[in-house]
Amino acid sequence: MDVRSQISMVFHLDKCIGCHTCSIACKNIWTDRKGAEYMWWNNVETKPGTGYPGKWENQEIYKGGWVKKGDGIELKGAGKAKGLSNIFHNPHLPSIDDYYEPFTYKYLDLVESPAGDDQPTARPISMITGEPMDIKMGPNWDDDLSGSPDYARNDPNLEKLTPAEREAMFQLERMAFFYLPRICNHCLNPGCVASCPSGAIYKRGEDGIVLIDQSVCRGWRMCVTACPYKKTYYNWSTGKSEKCILCYPRIEAGHAPACMHSCVGRIRYLGVLLYDADQIQSAASADDADVMHRQMGMILDPRDPAVIAAAKANGVADSTIDAAQRSPVYQFVKEWKLALPLHPEFRTLPMLFYVPPLLPVMASVKEVDNSAQAEKMNATAKYWPDSWLYDTTTKAMFGTIDDARFPLQYMANLFSAGDTKEVADRLKKLMAVRLHRRQVTVGDVKPETVAEALADTGLTPQTADDIYYLTSLARFDDRFVIPAAHREQAIEMMEFTGDVKGNTGFGFKSGTAQRGA
Amino acid sequence: MNANALNLFLFVGLPYVALIVCVVGVLYRYRQRGFTVTSLSSQMLERKSLFWGSVPFHIGIVVVFFGHLLTFLFPRATLAWNSAPVRLIILEVTAFTFGLTVLVGLGALMYRRFTNSRIRAVTTRMDIVLEILLLTQIVFGLWIALGYRWGSSWFAADLSPYLWSLLTLSPETGAVFALPWVIKIHIVGAFLVVLIIPFTRLAHFLVAPLHYIPRPYQQVVWNWDRRAIRDPETEWSRARPRNN
Ligand code: SF4
Ligand code: SF4
Repeated sequence: MDVRSQISMVFHLDKCIGCHTCSIACKNIWTDRKGAEYMWWNNVETKPGTGYPGKWENQEIYKGGWVKKGDGIELKGAGKAKGLSNIFHNPHLPSIDDYYEPFTYKYLDLVESPAGDDQPTARPISMITGEPMDIKMGPNWDDDLSGSPDYARNDPNLEKLTPAEREAMFQLERMAFFYLPRICNHCLNPGCVASCPSGAIYKRGEDGIVLIDQSVCRGWRMCVTACPYKKTYYNWSTGKSEKCILCYPRIEAGHAPACMHSCVGRIRYLGVLLYDADQIQSAASADDADVMHRQMGMILDPRDPAVIAAAKANGVADSTIDAAQRSPVYQFVKEWKLALPLHPEFRTLPMLFYVPPLLPVMASVKEVDNSAQAEKMNATAKYWPDSWLYDTTTKAMFGTIDDARFPLQYMANLFSAGDTKEVADRLKKLMAVRLHRRQVTVGDVKPETVAEALADTGLTPQTADDIYYLTSLARFDDRFVIPAAHREQAIEMMEFTGDVKGNTGFGFKSGTAQRGA
Repeated sequence: MNANALNLFLFVGLPYVALIVCVVGVLYRYRQRGFTVTSLSSQMLERKSLFWGSVPFHIGIVVVFFGHLLTFLFPRATLAWNSAPVRLIILEVTAFTFGLTVLVGLGALMYRRFTNSRIRAVTTRMDIVLEILLLTQIVFGLWIALGYRWGSSWFAADLSPYLWSLLTLSPETGAVFALPWVIKIHIVGAFLVVLIIPFTRLAHFLVAPLHYIPRPYQQVVWNWDRRAIRDPETEWSRARPRNN
């Protein structure tokens, strides 16, 4: 057992309001530089939708991530043979138009135009060439456009759905969507690291943050291809790749990253997970259906004495172990089994987990005549005679596609490599917690209903209350349990990143003693 | 200035200046300004026409470069190979073909650079200097291959000893001084290319990522020795990172 610690995250999707505050916080700190204007280390996309860059999930286009080969795995579109032979021209590299061409407006024309008959206008100009341009695409122009032909209907996750299911999703009266905020997942088996010919990308041993050493990167741009989440970006001006650094200067000081600190919906949680690094290879090489389970299996119980001893032997600090024991991420992911990784089938073992959204999956709120259905419903369902309520019995909730606004399969394609049971389990738990709280606060739900729902999902009232607390009431310190770097270990925080803001965005890290692997 | 002085400057002074500037410049740039060492790929801004430029250019220039290098390093082997006419022809035709490949690729790259507004936005003055210099080199190289046969043989017989004599600090210039001006320009151009390596994007060929091949795929970096750090028997400060 090789115990390592990883700063990892949970995003609770039911709570995301799609405000993009997170993206702006990140942009203002890290990517307001020449060559980085188009980069959104944190972006929020509307699902169903094509996302950013367009159709990033379609690995037949972008060739990201790992694929199984024999007993092991290989990078789909990069690696030693493929990467080096494509080094002069990488056929799978997205072009800037797959993201969008960054633009601004000639505001000065508004005040400096000579007097004339017409109002002066501020024309859009490209931030690359400085020439006037027609804006075709901008950041998050897919916002809220569920059902639109350009975005939603091109969502790669729809591929495995039947035509009927797809049509049902986009009927106007049952249309639904949700937001998917994305940052780098700081994976355990990162494609970006493996694909970098220069060896500029590395995972920090102490906290698992994946970084690109800017003075070692040579612009071979294989990482852009190899990251299946398209979370490394090529800076066309400096000729270096850049990615989310999980605000490591803030993390080292014990602060939450900017996107998480500013999150309006308070959907973000950050904490330490202890995991067994010996299992990385085998977990990443498991069968498609198993990868997710194997990944969950790598996460260790921070209260287990054997784990603690092994962690200490590996140099994990006491404060980190303590943080791991109080980690909200551990609760969501392992204890309560509420969160799932995004696209585990890409096999990078992403360490950002999502609580799948409940609302788009629930039955419609339309007023209907329930009487015919009452036959089919189980005993508990009949406690709601009102025909406009959600059908909230855990058994009937996901009955058929006619009940759900979103096919469960769609969620499963996103979060569990197509395994609907995993998603359904989590959604049922969320529903059970709601029923339980409804009973506590309003009291119009029969106790037997709640008891059945809780029993169904294996929750106790106490656990349900805990989930409710961490979901809805949790304060800042509950959501972010971050062990500050030890002063004697804090290397990178010695560099004042403000010094280099405006030229490289973050500090040069050079000459660190390289040990282990 | 008389012809001899000019010759001395171009074929004795210039190569030494070029080599020293190159070595010092590259070391300085690599160590102190590592951030600037990059291939500066523009593929993200334009990728279709890049393919028809970058791929033939790079493949061609790698072959041509190693052709020159090997002839310089192993003149006798080259002459031995060339002793059979068939092998000589094979060598010359191959070299010429790859030379043409470079020409085509470079032409496509330069056309792209001058016509695409996005690429113009990331073009520096040194990029243009370098491309014109390389274009001159390749044009003269092809001209020499056609007009002054057989280059591989007389390179091995005359130029290789000259270059070696430069390296051993006892320049023997007789043979070079007597060469036709077309070849002289090609040689001087080569020294100029060496000279400007540290000041251009050309430096990226020096960091060709061959160390990727033996490397394990995943890289984890510990800022401190993780096994020693919690062990009271060791002094962890022994392994103090250098950047602190
Ligand atoms: S999400 Fe992409 S960039 Fe981030 S660690 Fe994983 S592979 Fe690398
Ligand atoms: S700030 Fe929070 S709520 Fe707003 S879009 Fe970002 S993740 Fe969603």
